[in-house]
Amino acid sequence: MIRARELVKHFKVHKRPPGFAAAMRSLVVRNYEVVKAVDGVSFTIERGERVGFLGPNGAGKTTTLKVLSGLLHPTSGDVEVEGHVPFKRARELLEKITLVMGQKSQLIWDLPPSETYAMNRAVFDVPRAQYERDLKELTELLDLGPLVDKPTRQLSLGERMKCELAAALLHHPTTLFLDEPTIGLDVAMQLAIRDFIRSYNQRHEATVLLTSHYMDDVVALCPRIIVIDEGKLVHDGDLRALIKTMDPDKRVSFTTNATVADDALAKLGTVHAKEGPRVTLRVPEREIPAVIGHLLGEMKATDLAIEDPPLEDILRQMFGKKHA
Amino acid sequence: MIRALKALPTLLRVGVAETVAYRAEFLVWILTTTLPLVMLGLWSSVASEQAFAGYREADFVAYYLATLMVRNLTGSWVAWQISEEIRGGVLAMRLLRPIHPFIAYGASHLAAIPFRTLVALPVALVLLVSSGASALTTEPLQLALIAPSIALGWLITYAMMFGIGALAFHLTKTMAIANLYFGAFVPLSGYLMPLPMMKPAWLATLASYTPFPSMLYTPVVLMTRHLPGSEVRDLLLVQLGWATAGTVGALWLWRMGIKKFEAVGS
Repeated sequence: MIRARELVKHFKVHKRPPGFAAAMRSLVVRNYEVVKAVDGVSFTIERGERVGFLGPNGAGKTTTLKVLSGLLHPTSGDVEVEGHVPFKRARELLEKITLVMGQKSQLIWDLPPSETYAMNRAVFDVPRAQYERDLKELTELLDLGPLVDKPTRQLSLGERMKCELAAALLHHPTTLFLDEPTIGLDVAMQLAIRDFIRSYNQRHEATVLLTSHYMDDVVALCPRIIVIDEGKLVHDGDLRALIKTMDPDKRVSFTTNATVADDALAKLGTVHAKEGPRVTLRVPEREIPAVIGHLLGEMKATDLAIEDPPLEDILRQMFGKKHA
Repeated sequence: MIRALKALPTLLRVGVAETVAYRAEFLVWILTTTLPLVMLGLWSSVASEQAFAGYREADFVAYYLATLMVRNLTGSWVAWQISEEIRGGVLAMRLLRPIHPFIAYGASHLAAIPFRTLVALPVALVLLVSSGASALTTEPLQLALIAPSIALGWLITYAMMFGIGALAFHLTKTMAIANLYFGAFVPLSGYLMPLPMMKPAWLATLASYTPFPSMLYTPVVLMTRHLPGSEVRDLLLVQLGWATAGTVGALWLWRMGIKKFEAVGS
């Protein structure tokens, strides 16, 4: 279980304008600014939940993950992970959690990943039989075979991320903090990683807190999402509920061979996209049956699909104006 | 602690692998730390005609070769490593492992020692036995305590450097402090010259109140001087005291500093 109550993390940041004179002045007088990275965030995540953690750049997502994994001391507020206060970094806690950061490697940079795996086995005291079985399984699943004996510094970002995931999971953590775990991966590997995370969550009843710029990751994995902006919590709940609140209209996509005037489409809904014969309309949910009837009957529409608005659009609505 | 000890063989093996990862750097690296050889040449020529300040040529040979050996065995660069890892945020991933960085860094540094001394140690040993043998101790007690004294010298040096590295939590870059430390270490540890030769004499007295002689001078005199048993005991006790104080101090600095860690760069 993860619990954060009124979590606050502020940083004191030195600021100076560019230029030689400003550099010299900063030797004598320093101007500091307090950045409120996380500003009173509260939430509880039960064991086994998969939660997406969303927000624009600089919203405080990674800072929150770092506090939860014990890397940062909070400025104020209470945090509890698996019954421990994270920043005390008790061995019992470190054995139960893992943090995967797309932007930061836990692999030993100059050595092949196999050396990091061996070291993690030793420091986490993983039984050798379990280690060998899990490593074999991860090697097959993530296609690590050709990678584990190459120096980490010579791996591509995608290759490194696969090796990072294996290193992070060899000690069977029950709480996974995943910060951009699919960054740099091709589409097929993204799908494989999503399946793997879901299956790991189910097999180990592991709690997963995930940030990702790939909304498909979040939609596929996380029934619940927490959204923060400028350090404050702006939504915590069901993904579909958020979508419904922010944009209750459905997206109706279809292909039509008939030439359809824009006026005729406008009577059915708002034209969201039109590319050749493929059209996407925004239609209020209550009008869906009538619109579908019309499309299938009079317009002879084919390849019809009714979907929720993409999460990207929802987030753009939430943050777009402010961050435009 | 038991788990840390269980992990030690693997940590040492990985440390060795890291040490030899870059062949060219490794070869250059093992040829460094040659200052004692320069000083050996200088003082040997001064004492070639007659003894200087009570030191004969063979005494200087023994002193500086012993210094070379001890320095190679006890040197530490962990302050630089910690400072860089804090500044770049790399330390974050290290902190996720259930082993105290004092042990993890220590294991990787211990693993590097045999390679660091690969050239210097055999050369120094041969020269020491061939040219400075008459100045070496033959006291069984001293001979038995050389290895523990070198181990304590390593621990004091490592703890000092670890503490300086931990200051990077507050100052971000600590290499200026490490340079300041080295500036004090060179004269006050006996690295430059035997402490009794220092002028003015109060410098040697000043040195005796610092940990520096325990890092280098103590193991060197155990190898090269015939000392009364009581003096040997006192030297070892002082070393033990500094090792304890150094370790406690380094861990305290770490504990205070880690609260300030910002895990930047990620």
